[in-house]
Amino acid sequence: MTAAPEHLTRLSITGMHCAGCVSRVEQALKNVPGVTEANVNLAERTASVAGSANAQQLIAAVQAINYQAAELRGLEDESKKEAAEYAHYRGLLRKFIVAAIVGAPLMIAEPLGLMPHVGVPATLPFWLVVGAATLFVLVYAGGHFFRGAWKSFLGHNANMDTLIALGTGTAWVYSILVVLWPEVVPSTARHAYFEAAAIIIALINLGQALEMRARGKTSEAIKRLIGLQPKTARVVRDGKELDVPIEQVGLDETVRVRPGEKIPVDGEIIDGRSTIDESMLTGEPLPVEKQVGDAVTGGTINKSGTFLFKATRIGADTALARIIELVRRAQASKPAIGRLADKISAVFVPTVLIIGVLTFLAWFNLGPAPRVSFALVATMTVLIIACPCALGLATPISIMVGVGKAAEYGILIRNGEALQQAGRLTAVVLDKTGTVTAGRPTVTTLVAVSGFEESELLSIAASLETGSEHPLALAIVEAAKERGASVSAVEDFDAIAGHGVHGRVGGRDVLLGNDKLMKKFNVALSELPVRATELAAQAQTPMYLAVDSKAAGIVAVADPIKQDSKSAVARMHALGLKVILLTGDNRATAEAVAKQVGIDEVIAEVLPEDKAKKVEALQARGECVAMVGDGINDAPALAQADVGYAIGTGTDVAIESADVTLMRGSLAGVPDAIAISKATVRNIKQNLFGAFIYNTLGIPVAAGVLFPFTGLLLNPVIAGAAMAMSSVTVVSNANRLRFFRA
Amino acid sequence: MDLILTNLTGLLAIGFIVWWFWLSTPRLEHVAGDVIDIMVADGVYAPARIEVAAGRPVRLRFLRQDATPCAEKVLFDDLGVAADLALNETTEVTLTPPAGEHEFTCQMSMYRGRLIAR
Repeated sequence: MTAAPEHLTRLSITGMHCAGCVSRVEQALKNVPGVTEANVNLAERTASVAGSANAQQLIAAVQAINYQAAELRGLEDESKKEAAEYAHYRGLLRKFIVAAIVGAPLMIAEPLGLMPHVGVPATLPFWLVVGAATLFVLVYAGGHFFRGAWKSFLGHNANMDTLIALGTGTAWVYSILVVLWPEVVPSTARHAYFEAAAIIIALINLGQALEMRARGKTSEAIKRLIGLQPKTARVVRDGKELDVPIEQVGLDETVRVRPGEKIPVDGEIIDGRSTIDESMLTGEPLPVEKQVGDAVTGGTINKSGTFLFKATRIGADTALARIIELVRRAQASKPAIGRLADKISAVFVPTVLIIGVLTFLAWFNLGPAPRVSFALVATMTVLIIACPCALGLATPISIMVGVGKAAEYGILIRNGEALQQAGRLTAVVLDKTGTVTAGRPTVTTLVAVSGFEESELLSIAASLETGSEHPLALAIVEAAKERGASVSAVEDFDAIAGHGVHGRVGGRDVLLGNDKLMKKFNVALSELPVRATELAAQAQTPMYLAVDSKAAGIVAVADPIKQDSKSAVARMHALGLKVILLTGDNRATAEAVAKQVGIDEVIAEVLPEDKAKKVEALQARGECVAMVGDGINDAPALAQADVGYAIGTGTDVAIESADVTLMRGSLAGVPDAIAISKATVRNIKQNLFGAFIYNTLGIPVAAGVLFPFTGLLLNPVIAGAAMAMSSVTVVSNANRLRFFRA
Repeated sequence: MDLILTNLTGLLAIGFIVWWFWLSTPRLEHVAGDVIDIMVADGVYAPARIEVAAGRPVRLRFLRQDATPCAEKVLFDDLGVAADLALNETTEVTLTPPAGEHEFTCQMSMYRGRLIAR
C-alpha cells in the first residue's frame, strides 16, 4: 500500500451549538482513517482536518453523526492550467525553431548540390559535425519522443512516440553508419538522412504546438462556466458586512448581493427582492423575479434590487459546480461510434511497425538499386506518416466542443452515448403538463348568464372553492385574488367525487362542477353546454356554476400552452421527427392541446406508472424514442426512452436525472439539443472518415505502392508535414462546432 | 547471403512485434492496498497494471508530470469514470471496481493502464 500525502481540508459544518457538539465532530473526524489532526472552530463553524483522507470521507463521517458539512473551496482556477499549457506551447515552439535551424539549411543545400559526398575521407569532419548537430536536435527537441517510446516499449505498449522515435532514429543511425563506415553499404546507397531526421522532429513539434493552441479553444465552455463564479462574497458576520474570498463562505452564512453583482453561492433569499439574470446557466433570456423564500444560484447576476440570502450550498455542491462536473464528465465520455477507432488505435502502432518491416523487405527483395536506400526511405516514411493521434482525437475532441456548446444553450448532455442516440431518433414523446403547457392551471374564461357579472361569478366560485385543495380550485382562488374579487366564507361544503363541489356562500346554495352535477341537482343549463363544448375544444376545462338551482355561468380553467411550444414542435417536424403527446389528461383536452401546437399523435388517459410501458410499446413499433418530461414524475419513462430529456425550470433541477437536461423551461431546448447532437455526431464522422482515409491512403503511398506505376516515392519530410497537420486538421474541424447556431 | 539474412531478420522482427505487443503480458507492477499513486509521465502510466480488491473502494492518485494535452484526462471507459488531471498536481479518482479487468486510458487511448479487480 502506498501512503497518500498529507493535505489540509477545510469544512463548513452546520448544526453545532455547544462544546459537546465540537468534541463529537472532532472525534468523528479523527476516527476517519488517515486523519492525523482535526480542529473544529465553533464560532466560525468550520473544521480543519489534516491527513490523507479525502473530503468525501470526512463529510460522510460528519453526516453520520447528524451534522451537515461541505468542503470550503472555490472552483479551481483555470489560470494555472492555462499558464502551464502556455509554457508547454512555448517549449514546443522553441524545440521547433532549434530543429528547424539545424535541419532547414541542410534540406535547402541538398537539392542545390551544395552538400559534399558522404563516405569520402575528406568530408568526414563535415559530416561528423552535421551528425553531432542532428544528434543534439534529436536529444533536445525530440528527446521526449524517445523517452516515451522506450517507456511504452517496456510496458509492452507502442504509441506515436514509438513511430517518431523509430523513424527519425533509424534515419540518424543509418546516416552515421554511412559516414563512419561507408564500406558496409553499397556505394549507390551512401546517402545521409540527417536533414530528414531534424526536419521531421521540427515539423512534429510545430504540429503539436498548433494542436495545443487549437485544443485550448475546445475547452472554452468549461472556462466560461468557471469564470461565472465571482472571486469574493460579501458576508454578514456579527452584524458587519465584509468581503471574503469565495472559498471562505460557509453553510448557512448570510450573504449580501447588490445590484449588478454576481451571486457567489447557492442559497435562499431571506430579505429583499430582485430580478435575476440566469441566462448564463439556463439560456433563458428573460430575468426572473425573486423574493424572500426563493432560491438563488451561484454564478447568476443580480439585476436590480439588493437582497440578503442564506448560503445553502457551497463549494462542490453548488449548481454551477455540479454543472461543470457534469459537462467535464460528459466531455470525457465516448459514444459507441468512437469505439471502433479505439479498437483500431489499440493495435495500430504495432501493425504499422509490421507494415514498416514488410515495406523494407519488399523494397530490399524487389526494388531497384540502390535497394537499401529505397527500402530505408520507404520504411522511414511509413513510420512517420502513420498517425494514430488523428484517429484517437477524432471522437473525443468533437465531444468536448459539442457538449460545451450545448452547455452554452442551457443543455446538459450526460454522455457521448446520448449525443449519438439523438442522431437516430424517429419520434419525440412529450409529456403535457409542465412540458408543452406551463403546468400552472389558470382561469381562462368566465361566461356569465344575464343577471350575473363575471366578477360576481369568480367571487362566488372562489368562495366555494376555498374549502377545496384540488389544483383547479386553487386556480380559481388564485384568479380571484389577482383580480381583486371578494371571497367570503363557505358553509356546508361538500365535494362530490367525479362531479364537483357544493356549499353555501352568503346564504345562497352554490354548485360548481360538470354537467353530471347539474343534472343531479336538476339545474337547467339551456344554451351553456354549447359554449362548454367550444371551450373544451380549445383545451379548456369548463365548470358550470349554479346559484340557488339556477345556472349562473361557466368558469373555465386551462393550463396555458407555453409560448414557444408550437414553434418547437414545428422545428421537431423539420428535423424529420414524429411528435407524440403522452398524458394522463382526458382525450378531448389532450387532443385540443395537440391540435394547437401541431402534435401528430395523442396517447391520453395514461396512468403515470404506465407511461414507461407506452414508450416501450413505441419502441416495439420500431421507433427510436426521445421522451421529454419533468425529470421527477416521468423518471421511469425517461429511463425507458432511447434518449430522456428532463425539462427544468431554472437551475434547481435534478441534473443527474436524465440523459439530457434542459435548464430552460422551454420546449425549444429539445430541437436545439437534437440539432447540436446531430451536428456533433456529423463532426465526429467527418473526423473519423478523414483520419481513416488519411492513414489508409497515406501508409500504402508511403510504402511505395505507386512507385511501380508512377515512379513516385514520398519524401519522409513530406510525410512528417502531413502527419503533423493531420492532428491539427482534426482539432480545427472540431472547433468549427463552436460556431454552431441552433 | 545478404538477402537471406535480411529477410530472416525481418521475419524475426515481425515475430518479435507480434509477441511483445500482443501475445506477452506485462508483469503485474502493483498489488494494491486502497490508495495507489500513479505517475503520468513520458507517455505512460506507472504503474500501468494494478491489482485491486474487487467491490471495494480504491483511491487512485494520479500525479501528472507530462504537459502534453494527451495526458490531461484519464478515462475508465467501462466504469463510466473520467477525471481531468491537473499538471504537476495529484488528482484523486475514487472508484469501486467490480471483478474483472478495467482498462484506463487517456482520451486518445495512447496512455494505457489496466486495473485488475479480483
